[in-house]
Amino acid sequence: MESTIIKSRNFNASFGSNHVVKNVNIDIPRNKVVAVMGPSGCGKTTYLRCINRMHELIPGATSSGEMTINNENIYQMHPIFVRLKIGMVFQRPNPFPNLSIYDNVIAGYKLNGIKLPKAERDRVVEHSLTRVALWNEVKDSLSKKGSFLSGGQQQRLCIARAVAMEPEVLLFDEPTSALDPISTSTVEELFHELKTNYTLIIVTHNMQQAARVSDKTAFFYLGELVEYDETRIMFTAPKDSRTQNYITGRFS
Amino acid sequence: MEIKSVKYRIGKNYGFKVLVTIFAFACVVPLLFILFYILEQGITKINWHFLVNIPKPVGETGGGIANALIGTILIILCASVIAIPIGILAGIYLSENKKSRLAYWSRLCVDILQGVPSIVIGIVAYFWMVKPLGFSALSGSVALAIMMLPIIVRSTEETLKLLPASLQEAAFALGMPFHRVIFKVVVPVGISGILSGVMLSIARITGETAPLLFTAFGSPYLNFKVWKPMESLPHIIFTYATSANDEWKDLAWGASLILLVWVLLLNIFTKLITRKWKVQL
Repeated sequence: MESTIIKSRNFNASFGSNHVVKNVNIDIPRNKVVAVMGPSGCGKTTYLRCINRMHELIPGATSSGEMTINNENIYQMHPIFVRLKIGMVFQRPNPFPNLSIYDNVIAGYKLNGIKLPKAERDRVVEHSLTRVALWNEVKDSLSKKGSFLSGGQQQRLCIARAVAMEPEVLLFDEPTSALDPISTSTVEELFHELKTNYTLIIVTHNMQQAARVSDKTAFFYLGELVEYDETRIMFTAPKDSRTQNYITGRFS
Repeated sequence: MEIKSVKYRIGKNYGFKVLVTIFAFACVVPLLFILFYILEQGITKINWHFLVNIPKPVGETGGGIANALIGTILIILCASVIAIPIGILAGIYLSENKKSRLAYWSRLCVDILQGVPSIVIGIVAYFWMVKPLGFSALSGSVALAIMMLPIIVRSTEETLKLLPASLQEAAFALGMPFHRVIFKVVVPVGISGILSGVMLSIARITGETAPLLFTAFGSPYLNFKVWKPMESLPHIIFTYATSANDEWKDLAWGASLILLVWVLLLNIFTKLITRKWKVQL
C-alpha cells in the first residue's frame, strides 16, 4: 500500500496571461521516483517549481488550486519551510562559487545561520557526500572551491547540498541535461539509492531516462497532464494517443 | 592593374594601422606628462617635515600639509560612511527589481546625478548644511557622498546583474530568506565588483575641489572635529598655487604629488582587489 506525499488538485500556474499549467491533478507516492516528461514548453518545469514555491519568485507568476504535502497545504505554509522540506536540484550545476566543497554541502545550514557543532557538521558532510557517491572523490580536497569539480561532480555536489537538509522530497529539473553520458549514468544510479529515503520527482526531456529511472511517469502536453501511470504501463500500453505519439517519437 | 590596386589597398591598410597606433599612444602622453611634471616639481618638496607639520604663516619658511592630509582622510571617511551603505543597498534594489517603476526612476536619477557638475552639488550642500550649521567638514562630506553615490550604485547594480540567476535560485531552494540570499550569497560572490566601484568612487572624489570650497571651506590649523571647517588636499593646492608666496607654491606642488600618488595607488589597488577577490563562476 503506497502512501501519497504530494498531492495536487486542479492546480494551475501562469506567467501573466500565459497559462502554462492547466488543471493538474496528481498524486505522488512516497519513496518512489516519479518522472515528468513532455516536449519543451509543456509546463513540466513550471509545475515542478510550483511544488517548492520557486515559481512565485518570478515576477508576474501566479498559481491557483491545491497543492499539499502530507495533507498540509503548501501554499498556506511559509515558503521557507516548504523549501526546507522539498529540496531542489537544477538543470545546470550551481554550487556556490565562493564556498568550499565542504561549505557547499552544509550551505543550507551555514547560510541559514543554523549553528551545528563541528562533529555534527563533519557527519552531515560525510554522510551527504557518501549518499551521492562523491565522498571518495573529494574527501581529500574538501577545502577546495566547489567550482573546481567537473560538471558531473558539481551536480552531485548540488544533490548532496539538497540531501544535507534532510528534505522529504527532492525535485530534479532536468538534472542531467548539462552532463556527459558517464556523469548522467552516475546520477541516474543515485536515483535508485536516494528513493529509499526520499521521494524523487524528476523532470526530463529524455524519455529513455524516464523509462530507466522512474516508478511512475507523468506526461505533460501543452500544460495539461495527459497521462500519469506506472512507467511500465506508460511505455508499453499508453491509453492516450498523444502519449503514444510522443513515446514513439512522432513529435518531440 | 590588379596588382596595383592590391598594393594600394595594402598601403592604405598599413597607413591606417600606423594612424591607430599613433592615437593610442597619444592617449598615454598626457598622463605621462602630468606624472613627470608633478613628480619633478613635487618630489623635492616632500619630506617627513612636510607631512607632519601644518603650514607656517606668511614670511616663515618650512611648514607642511598635515592639516590637509588629515582633513582629506576625515572628509573622505565621512563621505564613505554615508555613501557606501546607501549606494550598495540601492544597487541591490536596482539589480533585484529590474523592471519596477521605482527602479526606472531611481536609475534615471542616479544617471542624471552622475552628470551634475560638482559645484552645483556643492551649492546644494551649502544650502542644506552650511547655511543652518556653518562651514564644516561634514557638509563637504555630504557633498562628496552625493558624488560617490551614482558610481557605487551603478557598479553594484551592474556587478550583481551579471551574476547568474541560478545562484539565487540555489540559495532560495535551500530555504533561505531574501536578506540572507543577498548578504550571504549574492554580495559575497559579487564583492570584487562592488569594492572596485567603491574604490573608484573614492578615487573620483579625492581630487574634488569645487564642492569643498564653500562647505569644508579650509583652515590653516590641524583639526580633527568634523563639524568645524577643515583643510583638504585639493583645496590647499587651490589656495596655495594661486598665492604669491613661493613657499606656499612649493607646498602646492608637494600636495599635488601626494594627491596624484594617492589616486594612482587607489586605482592600482582597485585592479588588484578586482583580480584577487574575483569569484570564479
